[in-house]
Amino acid sequence: MTAPATEPVLSGRKFFMNHEVTPTSHTLTDYRARGGYQALEKVIKGGVSPADVIKEVSTAGLLGHGGAAFPAGRKWGVIRPDDGEPHYVCMNADEGEPGTFKDRWLLEQVPHMTVEGLILASYAIGGRHAFIYIRGEFDLPYRRIQGAVDEAYAAGLLGRNIMGSEYSLDVVVYRGAGSYVCGEASAMLASLEGKKGWPRNRPPRLTVKGLYQKPTVVNNVETLANVPVILSLGAEEFRKTGTPKSPGTQMISISGHVNRPGVYEIEYGYSWEKFIYEDCGGIQGGRGLKCVIPGGVSTKILDANAIKGVTLDHNAAVVAGSQLGSGGMIAIAEGTCMVRLARVIQRFYHHESCGQCTPCREGMGWMERVLDRIVRGEGRPDDIDRLYHISNANDGTTICSLGDSAGYACTAILDHYREEFEYFITNGRSMMDGRLAVEDPFAGAVATPLSGLAGAAV
Amino acid sequence: MKAPMKTIQHLIPEFERWKERYPEGFEGSLTIPCLRRIQEERGYIADSDIDELVAYLGVPRTQVDEVLGFYTMFTREPLGRHHLQVCHNVSCSMRGADGLIAYLCGRLGIQPGETTPDGTFTISTAECLASCGTAPMMIVNETYHENLTPAKVDALLEELAK
Repeated sequence: MTAPATEPVLSGRKFFMNHEVTPTSHTLTDYRARGGYQALEKVIKGGVSPADVIKEVSTAGLLGHGGAAFPAGRKWGVIRPDDGEPHYVCMNADEGEPGTFKDRWLLEQVPHMTVEGLILASYAIGGRHAFIYIRGEFDLPYRRIQGAVDEAYAAGLLGRNIMGSEYSLDVVVYRGAGSYVCGEASAMLASLEGKKGWPRNRPPRLTVKGLYQKPTVVNNVETLANVPVILSLGAEEFRKTGTPKSPGTQMISISGHVNRPGVYEIEYGYSWEKFIYEDCGGIQGGRGLKCVIPGGVSTKILDANAIKGVTLDHNAAVVAGSQLGSGGMIAIAEGTCMVRLARVIQRFYHHESCGQCTPCREGMGWMERVLDRIVRGEGRPDDIDRLYHISNANDGTTICSLGDSAGYACTAILDHYREEFEYFITNGRSMMDGRLAVEDPFAGAVATPLSGLAGAAV
Repeated sequence: MKAPMKTIQHLIPEFERWKERYPEGFEGSLTIPCLRRIQEERGYIADSDIDELVAYLGVPRTQVDEVLGFYTMFTREPLGRHHLQVCHNVSCSMRGADGLIAYLCGRLGIQPGETTPDGTFTISTAECLASCGTAPMMIVNETYHENLTPAKVDALLEELAK
């Protein structure tokens, strides 16, 4: 299905990538020189009430940037400020959706912006403690965000009586320890309680019973970084950026076969084709574009035709047959073997299945084994039906949405490229040249044993 | 090289300081940070560490065992002095991760999951490390090494083997 062509937004306003990145641009001094923490000051010293903050964020139409695009203001609005319970905000910095690395940029380059957003969110829901759950492997992003928190404490922006006001907030930077599923909000809170990261059923929602059974808001890094922008500009001005249904900007991390992979900030409504073919320099080796994974591997693949005339915003992506998800875009060149690609994706889901729900725990390994034997040239005629069968059994039967999408990442590839799977099963080899890399820096490299290493392998 | 750590008692004052920023009753939350800190010190988690941590935090022993089994960054055995974790997820595979893994294995004479006999290097494969735009890549201990080429890997291995 091809989406109707819409007029793309091309003004290219940027909220985050709007300054020069220097060795000090992430520090408190530089952030303040750019107007940082003025939104917080306006709110805390200017008598803006928590309810007004929520109203402003709701009016701005801020959508969650973690993948689900849930309205942030509506999530916050569930919290009852006067229920006598502690309320918590947790920044989800457990970026692990394959293809997604935009939060890493925000944490490394504008950490104070995310901290300011966290303070404002906590103020809005009446939180006394907040958490930054950052993925365990992150090194520089951790040092940058911990550094920002420490600087904020030293400057009186965190801790007791922020900016001399009545409001106090403590923030803990909590490092994960290696787990994809902990990016799922309820799993994250289990991990934050010091347990294995198993998601749990809703209801109750986390905003009703979250961390230690207390009302908790979990927001993505980029979502929180937008909050000071909204409160500085005002909701009305914020809404002038992007499209009516997707206001603002989106950080997009693009990787795969484009000539200029990396992190970009686009205004919602930007032309998808212009983004890939111009901004990202087109496809490696002068090849054509075969397909795109729009927003992390858990979003359905779109072939090159499906993005023609389509703009980068939530509605347009849904009409085109997928989602913008986490903004983790992967461009795939003509000639790429989709069977091998599906196998890599399935290996990931098998590895990361938390093991709680039977369909995902058993199904993901089963799908990987089926794809493995196809790639080995031992595929069976009914293997394609088997992959659909296992994926269908997974759909809607797992506790978390990551389990749900684990199967259809593969079947979406099957939907589009079934003939490649049939060819592989019938002929025992790839219909393409079988490789995933277009330009492989290690092609033809001869690995000689490193001198000075004693003995053979253990 | 440091002498092997006998107990975790010297780390307790540090753990106590961490508590200041947590709400009351959040002792269990310290399980993961404490285990990370212990592993940083010893290189892995020993049986005695679990005993001591259970006694200190007052959490069920199964909770610590489950955490150690669930999260990929914890290890119950010593790894090589340099732990090379190579991402082999989608974007890295599309930029040469398989070649990188084969090259490392060839140069070090081991397979993923193995440690060189002299204890210098361990190679592991890893899933997405949020470095897709700078693939292929690997983490050496804590540090990201990105946009890898044979020449970069050669220089790095020479440096690390010293």
